[in-house]
Amino acid sequence: MKKIIALLFLPVVSFAQDNDLLKELEKENKDTGYTIATFKGTRLVNGHSVETKNAGTLEFIFAHRFGRVNDGLYEMYGLDQAYVRLGLDYGITDNLSVSIGRNSADKIMDGYLKYKLLRQSTGEKNFPVTVTVLGGTAYSISPKRDNEPDGFKTVDRLAYTGQFLIARKFTSNLSLQIMPTYIHKNAVDQSKEKNDQLAIGVGGRIKITRSVALTSEYYYRLDAPDNDLFDEGSKRYNSVGFGVDIETGGHVFQLVLTNTSSLTERTFITETKGDFFDGDIHLGFNVTRTFQLKKKK
Amino acid sequence: MRLILILILSLIVGCNVGIGQQRFFIERASISFFSDGVIEDIAAKNDKVTSIFDVHQGDIAYLLNVSDFQFDKKLMQVHFNEKYMESEKYPKSSFQGKIIGFDPSSSGIQKVKAVGKLTIHGVTKEVEFPGTAEVRNNQLYLKSRFVVKLKDYNIKVPQIVWQNIAQQVEVTVDFNYRPL
Repeated sequence: MKKIIALLFLPVVSFAQDNDLLKELEKENKDTGYTIATFKGTRLVNGHSVETKNAGTLEFIFAHRFGRVNDGLYEMYGLDQAYVRLGLDYGITDNLSVSIGRNSADKIMDGYLKYKLLRQSTGEKNFPVTVTVLGGTAYSISPKRDNEPDGFKTVDRLAYTGQFLIARKFTSNLSLQIMPTYIHKNAVDQSKEKNDQLAIGVGGRIKITRSVALTSEYYYRLDAPDNDLFDEGSKRYNSVGFGVDIETGGHVFQLVLTNTSSLTERTFITETKGDFFDGDIHLGFNVTRTFQLKKKK
Repeated sequence: MRLILILILSLIVGCNVGIGQQRFFIERASISFFSDGVIEDIAAKNDKVTSIFDVHQGDIAYLLNVSDFQFDKKLMQVHFNEKYMESEKYPKSSFQGKIIGFDPSSSGIQKVKAVGKLTIHGVTKEVEFPGTAEVRNNQLYLKSRFVVKLKDYNIKVPQIVWQNIAQQVEVTVDFNYRPL
């Protein structure tokens, strides 16, 4: 008899369980949550971040570095000079971007292909970091054809960059990135530098409010020669930069302090002339505007 | 004794099957929202909503991932998730409650009411909104349109873009169920 009484309760119990519908839905919901917005911009300070543009999105980047702040009043603390990169980034797919640009420093045209290989995620699929691979080419238009030194070939104008960008968004406010970098320059002064150079970059951002973040970036050259000088005898430095990102709608304003006037990897990683801690600091901006060209169906 | 047992057992089994037939699972669902701003309209649609409706009890629940809302402008989608909905912190939005005034045996479009708890951005509120229900070809159609005030769910819109984002959004629910 006891058994029967127990059995009588069974349907009631199962009924009660059945009716917490939301719990049932939650049990079935096993989606993977992909991390978004590890950084606000496709550039961290001078170099790239793991971010790519989404499919059909075009970004216009106007990047600008003044002269050195320690140039004194005569140069208006650097404001009299300006180095500019005008660039366009476009998302072919959500993970693949192309980018072209023109740097006023050394008159370099640059182009990049950027592909997001792996995405940080939690849930059904767990992965700790976002990995983006970047390939770049830089073509110096300077010197002018008429002024080419003897034996100078067109290929001597070219340099290449290969980078892994590996980033983790630790919390919604803290993201860190490391950037193993390979640079090949077709023409170098062999007594002062090698054609192939390696560097490792580290960087990060701390969000202060949901629209403002502090960023930093440092590239350490792994195999810098003992005789680490430019042709004219001045010293080479590792590039370092600090920035403030301010985001409003379709714009990102990045206010930057850095020891380089260059805006492409070839030059800011291997040809930085300023000593940040001796006051050779360039104030600069990266201003981006995003346009949605293609709409999703 | 054994006979009684079998009788009761069959009753239980029968009963459970009966309940099973009373339940509807989502076949195709979409929740979209729209708000007209001064500069641009903001609209997004989520086609990956899951829902169960228990006709017998009138119980209903739905669950969605906030990041599944698709915008035409991808940057807007990133901002929606990162800045406004904080979808890493609050990945899901849900409703749990009852449909009142639904008669499964009648045909045609019926006016019904949903009453229950709506959770958005980690905030749960008791809500009530009007809608329609229709049984057609052994499928159930539920539709509703209601307004959500951002303030009620602690969704903050920064001053700088306030002209761009209205203080409330119109939500459209379009659910199509099949018997489970």
